[in-house]
Amino acid sequence: MPEGIFCNKKPIETEEALTALLGDTSGAQYYKEMKSLDVDSKLLWTTIQNTCKSRIRTWLEICAHCGMCADSCFLYLVNDRDPKQVPAYKIQSTLGEIIKRKGNVDNKFMHMAMETAWAKCTCCNRCGMYCPHGIDMGIMFGYLRGLLYQQGFVPWELKIGAGMHRVYRAQMDVSEEEFVETFQWMVEEYEEEYPGLAVPVDVENADIMYTVNAREVKHYPEDLAEAAILFHAAGENWTVPSKGWEQTSLAMFAGDWAACKMQVENVYAAMERLKPKRMVGTECGHAHRATVVEGPYWAGRKDGKPPAESIHYIEWLAEALREGKLKIDPERRIKVPVTLQDSCNYVRNHGLRETAREILSYIVEPGYYREMSPNREHNYCCGGGGGFNGIGLFRPQRNKGLITKRDQILATGAKLVIAPCHNCWDAIRDLEEEFEIGIKWSFLKPLVISMLEIPDHMKPEE
Amino acid sequence: MYEFITGFMFWLALGVCLTGVIVRTILYFRGLQWNLDRVAYKAYPVEGFKGAIRSIYKWILPFGTHGWRKQPFMTVIFFSFHLGAVFVPLFLLAHNLFLKEKLGFSFFSINGGVADFLTWLVVVSTILIILRRIALPEVRIMTNWYDYLIILISVAPFVTGLMARYQVGDYSFWLLAHIISGEILLFAIPFTKLSHVFLFFASRAQLGMDYGIKRGGLKGTKMAW
Repeated sequence: MPEGIFCNKKPIETEEALTALLGDTSGAQYYKEMKSLDVDSKLLWTTIQNTCKSRIRTWLEICAHCGMCADSCFLYLVNDRDPKQVPAYKIQSTLGEIIKRKGNVDNKFMHMAMETAWAKCTCCNRCGMYCPHGIDMGIMFGYLRGLLYQQGFVPWELKIGAGMHRVYRAQMDVSEEEFVETFQWMVEEYEEEYPGLAVPVDVENADIMYTVNAREVKHYPEDLAEAAILFHAAGENWTVPSKGWEQTSLAMFAGDWAACKMQVENVYAAMERLKPKRMVGTECGHAHRATVVEGPYWAGRKDGKPPAESIHYIEWLAEALREGKLKIDPERRIKVPVTLQDSCNYVRNHGLRETAREILSYIVEPGYYREMSPNREHNYCCGGGGGFNGIGLFRPQRNKGLITKRDQILATGAKLVIAPCHNCWDAIRDLEEEFEIGIKWSFLKPLVISMLEIPDHMKPEE
Repeated sequence: MYEFITGFMFWLALGVCLTGVIVRTILYFRGLQWNLDRVAYKAYPVEGFKGAIRSIYKWILPFGTHGWRKQPFMTVIFFSFHLGAVFVPLFLLAHNLFLKEKLGFSFFSINGGVADFLTWLVVVSTILIILRRIALPEVRIMTNWYDYLIILISVAPFVTGLMARYQVGDYSFWLLAHIISGEILLFAIPFTKLSHVFLFFASRAQLGMDYGIKRGGLKGTKMAW
């Protein structure tokens, strides 16, 4: 059976197909079909010839097999230094081999490549910082994922995720109406506490256009209210687009580049329609990477930038605290040992290494902050990045991957971990569930609200 | 024989090497594509250039990066090898005399004692590099015959050079072997993993541009290599 009903080379394009695939619990039939999925070697080789240019080819060619990347990979470290977890080995034995064989690889090989691409690499790009030749294996794994996706060898959840973006332009089945209604409903919930609180939808020429993660709409709607409260408290002229509000991209994790483009163009269209001065995204790492860092390239923007200046939530928050738009009550600052999880996607991959630290300087009582080691751009992945958190098939490998972060946190002695990134937040929640080390974890929004000096215009009437 | 090896073959090896290096370098940079690599090279030439220079500079300094500092043993043998491998071929007095005769110009020459020391350094580091390859599982797993062939091609001119230098046995044999192995090295540079002698700079420059432009450079963050 070359092409299965669920597992095939066709992307999910319709709501019906999406519902059907979701109905295949845990992808049982999907993975069964994958066992007999044919490899279209001709397509594979043509794609490589068209897209694999001097950068990646040179990387594969000049790799000196020196093994200096080994220690940089947290998955190598937690898997008892298994040589098969050395980044260079992982990429040479998958992408390198596919190219060497001119695409003539079989189903079994593709299964191995799929596991390597999604369960042995989170595309955190740390290894690229430790290779003398500047070979970034994370980038190559991203590329490999694209090839595997095209051939239908992609974990079930990510096939669904990419399909969600194609159908809903969101990572979950949240429609435009549902987004606006949920936001309005949440704001109504807090209206009494914060008079004047509102969610301005589709306002043109606002100072800020806010974009979110669909998970917030679906599972954590308080996050939307918290964003509204902080913008309101800071006196910002902000808006949300009714269309183009989703900042994330599971399509990026899946390697579905066409869906990445569709998704990000939807956000850029909102920028062009509403003409905001800036876009601020929520506390999410990969969403920022997708929409702000990589997105411009998917959309073919030669300056590598989105249509409006786009910043991460921590950049806005640091600025609001610095400029006194938000004031912190010093009495209510954090007084427990606290550490920070640097997100690979906007720290290593977008240089925001000091921004969250500036925020912590305002909200943590001096003496309570503990750095992880290593930190900033050298920090390890949370253990669940690049889609790893969401793949049921690779859950045991992911749980093992959490050990690095667990030990880093334990070494700080912190009781609270601040994780301004959905993926990191999830991974840290999961590691607490798995290992019970007695920590709490949080985004920045609820922490800042809990210690905010409420401006007069926001105080409830007596 | 000697005439042929130091005449036609020398010119051929040098010509192939230099042409190969130039052509491959041009092809490398022409093959960089802003949309596929997702780096706006042309939009930010200044930032890109600065990132590239920084990325190369930090990595050619011994212990200049986190990576080097993390692996002191590797750093010492790596730099010992490359110090000799770069300086001796270019700056040995005998090579310069040969160059002067053939090309009409020469580089400055290093002291004979220094040259001896650097050559031995290459040989000893090569042995340590090989032992490291065998001893460490994370290196062994990737090592194949090709890696050893590259090591052989790289070190042969140094070993034969030493044999000729100390006149072990037949001097003219070792001299000939030295010249031939040197020419094999020149031929191999553009077409094998030895292309790293120039593609190292290209590849490092590329990642430097990536960080200098896309991954934080435009935000004013200098990557802590």
